[in-house]
Amino acid sequence: MTLFTWIDLVYLLAAIGFILALKGLSSPKFARQGNLLGAGAALLAIAMTFSIPSVRHAGSHLVLMVVAMVIGTAVAVPAARMVKMTAMPQMVAIFNGVGGGAAALVSMTAFLVLTSTRGGVAGSPAVYEIIEVVLGVLIGSVSFSGSAIAFAKLQELMPGRPVTYPGQQVINGIVGVAILGLVVTVAVTANVAVLVILAVLALVLGVIFVLPIGGADVPVLISLLNSFTGLAVAASGFTLHNNLLIIAGTLVGASGTLLTRMMSKAMGRSLINILFSAFGSVITATGGADGTGADARPVKTGTAEDLGVLMAYARKVVIIPGYGLAVAQAQHAARELADLLMARGVEVFYAIHPVAGRMPGHMNVLLAEANVPYDELKEMDEANPELADADVALVVGANDTVNPAAQNTPGSPIYGMPIIHADLAKNIIFLKRSMRPGFAGIDNELLFDPKTTMLFGDAKDSLTKLVAAVKAA
Amino acid sequence: MSIGSVGIIELLTIFVLAIFVGNEVVSKVPSILHTPLMSGSNAIHGIILVGTMAILGEAQGTAQVVLGFFAVLLATLNVVGGFVVTDRMLEMFKAKPSDRRSKAPTEGPDEGGSTP
Repeated sequence: MTLFTWIDLVYLLAAIGFILALKGLSSPKFARQGNLLGAGAALLAIAMTFSIPSVRHAGSHLVLMVVAMVIGTAVAVPAARMVKMTAMPQMVAIFNGVGGGAAALVSMTAFLVLTSTRGGVAGSPAVYEIIEVVLGVLIGSVSFSGSAIAFAKLQELMPGRPVTYPGQQVINGIVGVAILGLVVTVAVTANVAVLVILAVLALVLGVIFVLPIGGADVPVLISLLNSFTGLAVAASGFTLHNNLLIIAGTLVGASGTLLTRMMSKAMGRSLINILFSAFGSVITATGGADGTGADARPVKTGTAEDLGVLMAYARKVVIIPGYGLAVAQAQHAARELADLLMARGVEVFYAIHPVAGRMPGHMNVLLAEANVPYDELKEMDEANPELADADVALVVGANDTVNPAAQNTPGSPIYGMPIIHADLAKNIIFLKRSMRPGFAGIDNELLFDPKTTMLFGDAKDSLTKLVAAVKAA
Repeated sequence: MSIGSVGIIELLTIFVLAIFVGNEVVSKVPSILHTPLMSGSNAIHGIILVGTMAILGEAQGTAQVVLGFFAVLLATLNVVGGFVVTDRMLEMFKAKPSDRRSKAPTEGPDEGGSTP
């Protein structure tokens, strides 16, 4: 067998590893092993790639290659290890974006090779080869810049609410048409300069595609961009005639698309609605347009002492955690309060919205980190029927996931998203830093409900005060 | 520059089959694993590193070398960071039952149930 046969066989092995890795990641029992298997498969494939003659004998390029890999590893490992659990979604967005960028660069460089002059003859790639390149550059670039904007939104470097501006649809249309025109031009002329312009426009497309998407929907968007990167990688695989890239990229593209659909479903929205709902709904998205400005109306605020007594003598208390709890690192304080109440015979559980935090399943990860016993966590569908006879719903740093507008205000950006029915409880306590709207950037009627009492402040401080109050009660 | 020697039809065949496999393997993922699965598949497309290596290996002229270098760098970030960050997420899931009492439901059937 030739060396290349061996390489192809090892790549096949790696491809099988990736398939099994995805299978493992889909089951709670084998998720971690699945991920490790994927890492092992990647390592194997990369090691084998060093044996390709053109890589092995690349001389100074080989040195550059190793340097780039060392730098990349030296940056990625600490970043991935030290990132706070709350910032995990942004991290995934970055790693996805750079992958898309890499795929775009591969296709771009391959195009330079395909069109370069060899032995006095200018290269003339076949149309299908150009199409493969164009797809890789286009999709990879969109994924790169789109992920960057998604990162900025999650990191709150820019407003999370949908960004809309006059003439948005016109601009989108122009960019779209220009890209189509450039694709045709490249296919006909095989001109490098045109491809570069196309890449730049694709970067612009990524930005304007993501801008109008609301902060709360960004996780679904990241999942979509993830599958885009997969497809870009597959396109590069076509260009390089590499089975492994095609299989791995397509696996991610296909499973990512399905995952994106499942995520939207968990939020009770269609993907189309998430991607394009901001257009034409500018008024509802900016909130308060119905004449009920957030700070115009009075809200009821209470003292920790009163609220502590209320909970201490309740029969059933439901804690509804949100992102605010996570940022304040208040998991432990929440658990102390829960334990204290349970010691007094109060029934306590946590109601977890599927998209509480920043991503589906994010809150489960955060509470697991704080060692909250698993059996005290209830998923939304299980928790909602119990809220009607709860004496207190304690909303800690959550907002959008308990916003009744999702159920009763058609036209609201979150309309259709299932919520945790805090509004059914006899008393509602909101621990919030301010009246600021949630991540989706819309007001919450529940804050003004007569049953609602606000306790402003950092979630951790407020919980600590409540603990003291319950102890004193 | 190609690493293998297969024709476009073979490549298309692999592509189409991989679509079906990709859909099949994740069809039963419970919602609690959505985030780790996304992160894990994000790491898998980092295998573009293999392609970037081939590109840089054969690069000629400054432009190709520079593009190739950055491609390798970005792909390394993707593949290394992706797997490490996913492992960290899943580590949390494992730490869960180490708490007293409920020893039984280790990582078993999650409340929340699978998405049909």
